[in-house]
Amino acid sequence: MNWQTLVQSLFGDAHTIERKGDVLSGTAQLPGQQGQILAVVGTTDHAPIGVETALAQAKVILDTVQKHPGRAILLLVDTQGQRLRHRDELLCINRYMAHMGCCVDLARRSGHRVIALVYDQALSGGFITSGLMADTCHALPEAEIRVMRLPAMSRVTKISEDVLEALSLSNPVFAPGVENYVAMGGIASLWRGDLQSGLLAALADGNITDQRAVLGAERGGRKLSNAVTQRVLAA
Amino acid sequence: MKLSFSELSARERVAHLLDAGSFTEILGPAERVVSPHLAQLGVPFSFDDGVVIGNGTLWGSKVLIAAQEGEFMGGGVGEVHGAKLVGILRRAVSTRPAAVLVLAESGGVRLHEANAGLIAVSEVMRALLDVRAAGIPVVMLIGGANGCFGGMGLIARCADHIVMSDAARMSMSGPEVIESSHGVEEYDSRDRSLVWRTTGGKHRFLMGDCDRLVEDDMGAFRAAAAALLGDSKALTLEGLLAEHAMLAKRIECFGDCHDALEIWQRLGVEHAEQVTDMESDQMQNLLSDNAMEAA
Repeated sequence: MNWQTLVQSLFGDAHTIERKGDVLSGTAQLPGQQGQILAVVGTTDHAPIGVETALAQAKVILDTVQKHPGRAILLLVDTQGQRLRHRDELLCINRYMAHMGCCVDLARRSGHRVIALVYDQALSGGFITSGLMADTCHALPEAEIRVMRLPAMSRVTKISEDVLEALSLSNPVFAPGVENYVAMGGIASLWRGDLQSGLLAALADGNITDQRAVLGAERGGRKLSNAVTQRVLAA
Repeated sequence: MKLSFSELSARERVAHLLDAGSFTEILGPAERVVSPHLAQLGVPFSFDDGVVIGNGTLWGSKVLIAAQEGEFMGGGVGEVHGAKLVGILRRAVSTRPAAVLVLAESGGVRLHEANAGLIAVSEVMRALLDVRAAGIPVVMLIGGANGCFGGMGLIARCADHIVMSDAARMSMSGPEVIESSHGVEEYDSRDRSLVWRTTGGKHRFLMGDCDRLVEDDMGAFRAAAAALLGDSKALTLEGLLAEHAMLAKRIECFGDCHDALEIWQRLGVEHAEQVTDMESDQMQNLLSDNAMEAA
């Protein structure tokens, strides 16, 4: 879904969200919440996350924490992953991206609800420090989430694509797809049809501890993660 | 006698970093907690899934420790590997050690179980930031031949402190990945000197991306880690605003540089072309004289 359509179906005209480069930012009024305002930040056009993009998003979050205590934040995710340039590596891009992640974390600790929505595409590094750092991350059913496609995975692992494809039917860790991320607990829910109610339900959920490993076990997509962590705690 | 960090296995590094005989491993190889996904692929698995965790003492203080084994899947983070890291970090919040030490050596997400690894990296980040919020320092020690890349590079930059050897590398994308998507003129992955200048310990130290630069020696890592015990840096709004301003200024000052050498010269490092040959103790002096203000 393109970002204009998305924003329209979430907020109608009650928003100031604008695009600057690949970065989206602004505020929106929540439907039926007596004027409750939400801060919105994200990227579009499958943005590669370079040092500037990471910083621009971090700024919106820091501004919100500084000027609007408690205001909920919605992260809109559409990224092809980190920008693959020598210049970014030279400037220590991982520090810029980690900074973005730390800003999301600070917002949570300062009492802001942080909800993320993958509305188009989410890939590897660009996703880790945005959507995956939110309280909960959600997705549209048609969104695409992956680290790598099966052909590339086949090349890296030297295992035939047929074998990988067969395995991915029973095990969600191998194949791309939002349903697999739901099964593993990485995506809390899919927003279908009425997106407003998806957003309101996500905001109403007051849990801010990381429940993804527990969800992954309940849903059967990541059976070991929580069990292993619990064993370490009990040792 | 010097003992090279980079040449040791993860378990040996832990033994030499901590007080002799103080280490107790948690979920060690005897427990056989292995990756079910690698077994499904018919790929060799490891009885510790490539990460050693446990508790011990350093100069008499209680610490928790995790060490990634670069020889196993390049230290890649899979479901079990990631869950062990999350476990040791959460354990720190309840047992309150003087520090959590992470001997990071990893290419990032383990591609054989990519989806689980991706989620796990973000779970480690959140668990790590919980440890920081509890006032317990997390110290990253980077000195392995595989460096610290991808998701692990992100995790590293969430920690309170980073110690690197001059032989170590830390960054996001591997040079091969960048070369294959934008060509050899963008980043020549076989130019070892270029790769090292771009991602190596000395460059990261001059820029302030790692806090301490040490020799590739277990004793040097041990001393650096011990000096950071109890030294917690809380993540605050003020701190992140300062970080933000610094990162913005960095783009302004160095965003047009094409090579680390240009950055070092602009930082005011005298004889910047000699940095490559300097010992790590000579590097300390460089910083106090010149670069600190500019950086």
